[in-house]
Amino acid sequence: MTDATPPSPTLDDAGAAAIVDAMAPLLGLSIDPAWRGEVAMNLVVIANAARLVLDFPLPDELEPAPVFRA
Amino acid sequence: MSVRGPVGTATEIAAAVAAGRVSARSVTEAALARIEALNSAVNAFTDVTADRALAKADAVDSRRATGQPLGPLAGVPFAAKNLFDIEGLPTRAGSKINRERAPARRDGALVRKLEEAGAVLLGGLNMGEYAFDFTGENTHDGPSRNPHDLAHMAGGSSGGSGAAVAAGFVPIALGSDTNGSIRVPSAFCGLFGLKPTFGRLSRAGSFPFVASFDHLGPLARSVDDLALSYDAMQGPDPEDPWSAGRPPEPVAALVGSGISGVRIAIAGGYYASGGEPAAYRAVALAAEALGTSRTVEIPEAARARAAAFVITASEGAALHLDRLRARPADFDPSTRDRLLAGTMIPAAWVQKAQRFRRWYRERVLALFDEVDVILAPTTPYRSPRIGQPSFVIGGVEMPVRPNIGIYTQPISFIGLPVVAAPIRPDDGLPLSVQVIAPPWREDLALRVARELETAGVAAAPVARL
Repeated sequence: MTDATPPSPTLDDAGAAAIVDAMAPLLGLSIDPAWRGEVAMNLVVIANAARLVLDFPLPDELEPAPVFRA
Repeated sequence: MSVRGPVGTATEIAAAVAAGRVSARSVTEAALARIEALNSAVNAFTDVTADRALAKADAVDSRRATGQPLGPLAGVPFAAKNLFDIEGLPTRAGSKINRERAPARRDGALVRKLEEAGAVLLGGLNMGEYAFDFTGENTHDGPSRNPHDLAHMAGGSSGGSGAAVAAGFVPIALGSDTNGSIRVPSAFCGLFGLKPTFGRLSRAGSFPFVASFDHLGPLARSVDDLALSYDAMQGPDPEDPWSAGRPPEPVAALVGSGISGVRIAIAGGYYASGGEPAAYRAVALAAEALGTSRTVEIPEAARARAAAFVITASEGAALHLDRLRARPADFDPSTRDRLLAGTMIPAAWVQKAQRFRRWYRERVLALFDEVDVILAPTTPYRSPRIGQPSFVIGGVEMPVRPNIGIYTQPISFIGLPVVAAPIRPDDGLPLSVQVIAPPWREDLALRVARELETAGVAAAPVARL
């Protein structure tokens, strides 16, 4: 995030459901209509968590920690 | 018997077996009888390996009879969460799908190490599906029940591990902790639990969940038992690519050395709100017993929890993508819907979370220039009823499942060693304090936990069943 970067967008239930519908074929997933609402709700929860991280400025030089040394 | 059968501690049992006051076989038979009588109520064990256990116990007794050296855990019964490989059993990891796998051909590394030290494996333990759980509930095998109140959650995902130790089936159980899955059942079931430093104990021969955060460790009813089992499991393992290669640093002889000179502080800010008042009374009781009133703030803990949540959802979903495509209806619904959502997380979010992890690690490690140990609540509330959807705190209704791990996640996120110590600030179900230490200083966390145990503030009695 730089000073010119707007805050990360929020995701509502309808937006999440649209993403679920669009992504499922790409991933080869069949999502039963009975599960679709719960999956979309969980995507909203994840997006809310991600926003906390995405909107936290970090220097470009900061390396990720996928191989972690405590 | 001169020890209290399986409800004795591992330290007591090993000493009695070594001295010939009791045979490993009689300890094993007593444990199997207790499991036979009470497991249907507690639902801790999914597999009981009785024949194997009796054969192992006889081998221990034979070694003693012929004057051969016994290991430090000679004759001590233990059990392992069913994501540990157990030779001859499919490693189900709490799932329906995995129980169709071929039987494991070899025990997981930590099971082998405990048995090499003389311990006797009694079987596999119930868990939340694929370890993506804080409740101990499981659609396929039924919920693990809290032995202190069977209507309540054992906690998860190592629910059977917590239930088995609190029920007095075994003095030691192995669990895994990705975001709190050793510490939460330890808290809910009133036990001591150790989540060691990331990379300390081998993960070889266990079913994974989130490669970035998976840890394995013991649950027990005494700090000495944690130390005894932990020492037996240490050491580098080339079969685990995440093993830090650290040589063993035994702690059993150190845990009773007191806390003189140890700088202890209480986590404030994020860690002082959001839970029931008794959760903070438990921390205050521990702090008082340790003679500290100093507080520190773990920086950006809420963001750390969020980053752990994103990485967990994404890595867990990626691991299970093929199964989600082939057999989504065979998942536990509570696991499936979260994993399906996790498949759709943009890679940029996960990378940012991993970069934040680096930032957060540096800030938290800087705290340890000022203090040696940090105290924090383990869970925001004591064990809810099984199936309970929400909890009211300060007049605000909060969903149970996503909030159980708010205090454990920011710690495992950067791999710090933690002992969960059980505290009862009132007559209700137990609460718990996390004793958090710098990387590779499990000894400090265990020493402080032992001080709480010696002071009578932390205790883990067997449940009355």
